[in-house]
Amino acid sequence: MTSSSDTTPQSPLDVPYREREESVTIQRMGGAGEPVYGTELEPTTELFTINMGPHHPATHGVLRLLLTLEGEVVRELVPLMGYVHTGIEKSCEDQSYWKVITFVERMDYLAYYFNALTFCMAVERLLEEEVPSRAQYLRVIHCELCRIQSHLFWLGTSILDLGAMSLLFYANRERDRILDLFEMSSGQRMHTRYFQVGGVFEDIPPGWDRKLREFVRDMPGRIDQYEAILDKNEIFLQRTKHVGVVPRDHLIDLGVTGPLLRAAGEPWDLRKAMPYSSYDHFEFNVPIGTIGDHYDRYRVRMQEMRESVKIIEQAIDGLPEGPYITDNRKVALPPRYELATSMEALIHHFKLVTEGFRVPPGEVYAPIESPRGELGCFVVSDGSSKPSRVHMRDPSFVNLQALRAMGEGGLVADLIASIAMLDPILGGVDR
Amino acid sequence: MPDATGLELIAAEVRERLGDEVVAGTSYFREQATLEVAPRSVHDVLSFLKEEASEPWPRLMSVHGCDYLPDEPRLGVHYQLLSMERTDRLNVKTRVGVEEAELPSVVDLFATADYQEREVYDMFGVVFAGHPDLRRILMPEDYEGHPQRRDFPMGGEDVLFTFNENQMPRWYDK
Repeated sequence: MTSSSDTTPQSPLDVPYREREESVTIQRMGGAGEPVYGTELEPTTELFTINMGPHHPATHGVLRLLLTLEGEVVRELVPLMGYVHTGIEKSCEDQSYWKVITFVERMDYLAYYFNALTFCMAVERLLEEEVPSRAQYLRVIHCELCRIQSHLFWLGTSILDLGAMSLLFYANRERDRILDLFEMSSGQRMHTRYFQVGGVFEDIPPGWDRKLREFVRDMPGRIDQYEAILDKNEIFLQRTKHVGVVPRDHLIDLGVTGPLLRAAGEPWDLRKAMPYSSYDHFEFNVPIGTIGDHYDRYRVRMQEMRESVKIIEQAIDGLPEGPYITDNRKVALPPRYELATSMEALIHHFKLVTEGFRVPPGEVYAPIESPRGELGCFVVSDGSSKPSRVHMRDPSFVNLQALRAMGEGGLVADLIASIAMLDPILGGVDR
Repeated sequence: MPDATGLELIAAEVRERLGDEVVAGTSYFREQATLEVAPRSVHDVLSFLKEEASEPWPRLMSVHGCDYLPDEPRLGVHYQLLSMERTDRLNVKTRVGVEEAELPSVVDLFATADYQEREVYDMFGVVFAGHPDLRRILMPEDYEGHPQRRDFPMGGEDVLFTFNENQMPRWYDK
């Protein structure tokens, strides 16, 4: 027990939690004239420290920024996170492998297919399990749909931060059609748990490909419409062009990947560079920017949506026949109809549902290209049916380090645009 | 990925330059090359691999911590290196005990290690000597314990409310 109130507090541990909650960080910031780590401050006017967030609509989640302002100019910026830390990685260690998929999907809640894919790929690599090519194509289709819906939500909310409201509704109109497709193929609109170790949960239902083709046909025109709203908008151009430029080498040093890095001119895309899940079967381009300002970031993401549409079109046209999940009964559940007739199927079903499958000991790292950059899952197995460590290298978490470089020295209003264009998902940052 | 032979060549190059005791072992598992190094020399090895190696590894993509509980030394830290030019990855791994959990920081080599080392410190209690700003990153700043260690109980903490903050025992003084 902690000490009761009648004793005088000796160590900091004896002080109740709420009373010692006064942040260490604020004290660390020091006085106005003191130099702060990473910056060389030469204040001409009084510096002003202010909290932005954690409850701020423009931080895209519960991100808290400790800003030191000189007038309206950001002189220092310290991101503080952890407000939605829910210990998902710890919880994963207490679940059998097939239940972990549900947990990891809730990390980056706009890119749930990617979280599931990277975890499944890591476990499949440990098991040396081959995924049927139909399942690989279905994974590609769903991942690219998920990339489009993630970028659409980014588009709507970011432009909302810059003051344009209507695009949020237009973007969500298309996003809803994608969520309808997800609901049709898996029963859920978000956190679908569609990917399984060894394949996908179910084959696509009849009529799904027709709806998908309608979507693929409409989507390029819709992207044209969004661009027609934005590309000649004077306010949008002034707020994004030549704002938030970070040199390419600095971005690489900071470990930034994804559209942010490609906007700075580095053509690094894991789908091209280290293909996984038969991405090498498809023709697509990797859009890159020139100087790496907010406008380039916007252009790269818009073009990425077009490329995703192209990939989906090729994948649905070339969708191979065959099984959608591995026929290894030690890993994947037997089909429902076998349970009534086959004793072995019943035993396998029982073993999988109660204990789960065992995975040979070892450690692997499986990286993929998520909408925000390199998403990697590091899985350590100790030979039991539960992972001994699941760690996500989440792109939002790593990319957030670039926010200082983007925001410091600029205006507060441009910082809002920087957060929007950085596109951090705080569920992925905090996990 | 460098194959098993390529990994041995890298290990031989590191041994030749930095001494035999630096490399603790190599393993090639599921097409993934892992170079295990002594904890003291992490910074030297990564610096060598980044700048001087005949095939350099200039990017650090990820730092993972993990806890191999029954085994000793218990804690492990993995550095995922990447070469964009050769589209190739190398995992550098080191093991430290819980009592002497201290590693040299590599933030001066790779700026990206800043948050990632803070995360490993937060979750596993590995102290990175020379890190410019080693604070907790995901857990509250005044939190005690390192929750990702395997001996940290799951769900071992009651929910804290204002009315029970003076009475409630925390997981470590139960």
